[in-house]
Amino acid sequence: MTLKFTALVAAGLMAAAPAMADLVVPNLSYRTGPYAANGIPYADGFNDYFTLLNERDGGIGGERIQVPECETAYNTEKGVECYESLKGQNPLVMNPLSTGITYQLIPKVGFDGIPLYTPGYGRTSAKNGKVFEWVFNAPANYWDGASVAVKHILDQEGGDLNGKKIALVYHNSAYGKEPIRTLQELSEKHGFELLELPVDAPGQEQKSQWLQIRRDKPDYVIMYAWGVMNQVAIQEAVNIRFPMDHMIGIWWSGSENDVKPAGAGADGYKALTFHGVGQDYPLYDDMKTHVLDAGKASGAGDQVGTVLYSRGAYAALVIAEAIRKGQEVAGTSQISAAQLRDGFEALDITAERMDELGLPDFGQPVKLSCENHGGDGLARLQQWSASEEKWTLITDFIEPDEEVLAPLIAEDSAAYAAEAGVTERCN
Amino acid sequence: MIYREAGDFKTGYREDGQTFPIKLDRWAYYGVLAVAFGIIPFVINDYWASAVLVPFLIYAIAAMGLNILTGYAGQVSLGTGGFMAVGAYAVYKLMTAFPDVNIVIHILLAGFVTAFVGMLFGLPSLRIKGFYLAVATLAAQFFLVWLFNKVPWFYNYSASGQITAPERTFLGEAVTGPASSAPAKYLICLGFAFVLAWLARNLTRGMLGRKWMAIRDMDIAAEIIGVNPLGAKLSAFAISSFFIGVAGALLFAVYLGAAEVGEAFGINKSFLVLFMIIIGGLGSIFGSFAGAAFLVLLPVLLKNLLVGSLGWPTDLAAHLELMIVGALIVFFLIVEPHGLARLWALAKDKLRLWPFPH
Repeated sequence: MTLKFTALVAAGLMAAAPAMADLVVPNLSYRTGPYAANGIPYADGFNDYFTLLNERDGGIGGERIQVPECETAYNTEKGVECYESLKGQNPLVMNPLSTGITYQLIPKVGFDGIPLYTPGYGRTSAKNGKVFEWVFNAPANYWDGASVAVKHILDQEGGDLNGKKIALVYHNSAYGKEPIRTLQELSEKHGFELLELPVDAPGQEQKSQWLQIRRDKPDYVIMYAWGVMNQVAIQEAVNIRFPMDHMIGIWWSGSENDVKPAGAGADGYKALTFHGVGQDYPLYDDMKTHVLDAGKASGAGDQVGTVLYSRGAYAALVIAEAIRKGQEVAGTSQISAAQLRDGFEALDITAERMDELGLPDFGQPVKLSCENHGGDGLARLQQWSASEEKWTLITDFIEPDEEVLAPLIAEDSAAYAAEAGVTERCN
Repeated sequence: MIYREAGDFKTGYREDGQTFPIKLDRWAYYGVLAVAFGIIPFVINDYWASAVLVPFLIYAIAAMGLNILTGYAGQVSLGTGGFMAVGAYAVYKLMTAFPDVNIVIHILLAGFVTAFVGMLFGLPSLRIKGFYLAVATLAAQFFLVWLFNKVPWFYNYSASGQITAPERTFLGEAVTGPASSAPAKYLICLGFAFVLAWLARNLTRGMLGRKWMAIRDMDIAAEIIGVNPLGAKLSAFAISSFFIGVAGALLFAVYLGAAEVGEAFGINKSFLVLFMIIIGGLGSIFGSFAGAAFLVLLPVLLKNLLVGSLGWPTDLAAHLELMIVGALIVFFLIVEPHGLARLWALAKDKLRLWPFPH
């Protein structure tokens, strides 16, 4: 009896046995907790894209893709647990959708030799492939986002920001703190005043920050928020009647779930994005035939076409393309994690390739190399229309200010290299 | 039948007063130690270390620390997370400032730093009690988290405010950083847990522990019979914080590897450790281990059972897990308010007489 129980407990504590001979791309998702509103669509998009590839094409290069899911609840301890349990299944790549978990995994993946793909989040200086061998953050990162937001404000103000005031409302965590350095540099360069307003996680309580905004009257607000903090911030901005078209969210603060609770007041709110919006792409026809109508959609299937769903699908697309490239480079379809890294470093998604994939003008061309793990970092702006309940792209892709960003990335990655004892590669 | 006490005579006070007076218990204890030190390190893998045993041992140390303060000395504290953060940031600063010094010394020093901070925040306990003290320690929790977020010196001015543990070795084996092996991580935590549990057990049954319990049971009466409340309360805060600081240092350096104060050491951590000692049993060393095991292992077990074996969707499993753990906590508190330790003690009393209870 005791022995049976012990055996049962031991079996229960063990991770599930992996199915062999498939390519494994785990999905470290969060469908519970204060960040679930944003975690669910992303996880669904990520799963559905691979389901589509499996159903329509029979996988990639004849290999089916397995996407085991693990719930992290955006919590670093659960993230570790997920990473360790998934590690036993020989995963090709990890995509945790959490900057905190990413920071934790960066040293581990370097040691275990598993690529970490963090599109639009994670550690910005991981763009420097010379130092971060296993981390990829293409097509854009936080500093690109900050720079593009400031460039857009420059456009709005006729190229002069002298004497202007820009407030940064941020999630008081690694994620929210990332853009501060860049914005400080940019404020020196363009002569605007930067106001830093941290909001403690999870961000339900931000009355005082918005009172401060009402008092200091910044000309623009840039926001780095996530989860429930998005909805509260937009509602608070509406409450103090802050002009919504002067409020720019990072791409993580610009999904339908974030603006809808504020109703008509959110009309005109802007957010960055590094991919297209809506369902007006040929890919969604295939998605409908092979995934949705076949009843194979992930989750409740009600998130299709939303901003974060598209982003999840886009992340899956880049990974899928890297797998394809890795298979090509390695000359075998059953690739290993190290071969996928080579695939990432040889990745070249052109505009024509995006057309072929059924997503014309959806994302920027992504070309990576041994040195460049972050792509070009272009981003565009989308604006919310409350009456139509949809996002519209209002600019083309804007280039970030590399002149400011490149030295910062070099500096930060050099600091990491010194701290972790990494020698530069690609030389 | 299970306990055979016939012939187990004690001929001296020393023997009678030992931690495990029953021979069979003593054997079981040696057996557990032999397995923990002699067998597990050879069979442990990364998953068992990182997901199960290392967090269990670390939380057991934290729970012992809080148990000294709350269970033995009767001072309610909601500042555990904050004090763990002190341990974590202290060990981080020490590790990066003095890379050549042994990591074990750093972890102990981090414990002493936390003991000092804990004593500072324990000062109000001389004037306020019960709920009011809980609120004062809650203030400590929020203040410390704010401090580590606000002052860049604590995180060595890194751009994101994250602290990352560099690689440090003990006896030539890496115990922190990505290259640390599962047995090394497990053994360092087990070593600390073993020594600290031994220390806690012997402190609590000595003069100091009796003073703490006297203060807990009735502080005025304790004062009248000659217990100095200043010394008793502050020593409880100091020793408790030392344990919690060591746990925080291990949590950051050995287990997580990188941490961010608001996320890793928030108010949730304080509640988690408090729940551990309430479920495990207030005023019991075994209870600290049982409570930590309950709250660390059960979620992992349920998750693997529901998602891994039954193939349920992860969100459904995560919600169910919260409900089941919550329901079990309520169930245990109703059935046995003194926790798992009391449950075990009752079971043992029955077993000692079984099968002839009269």
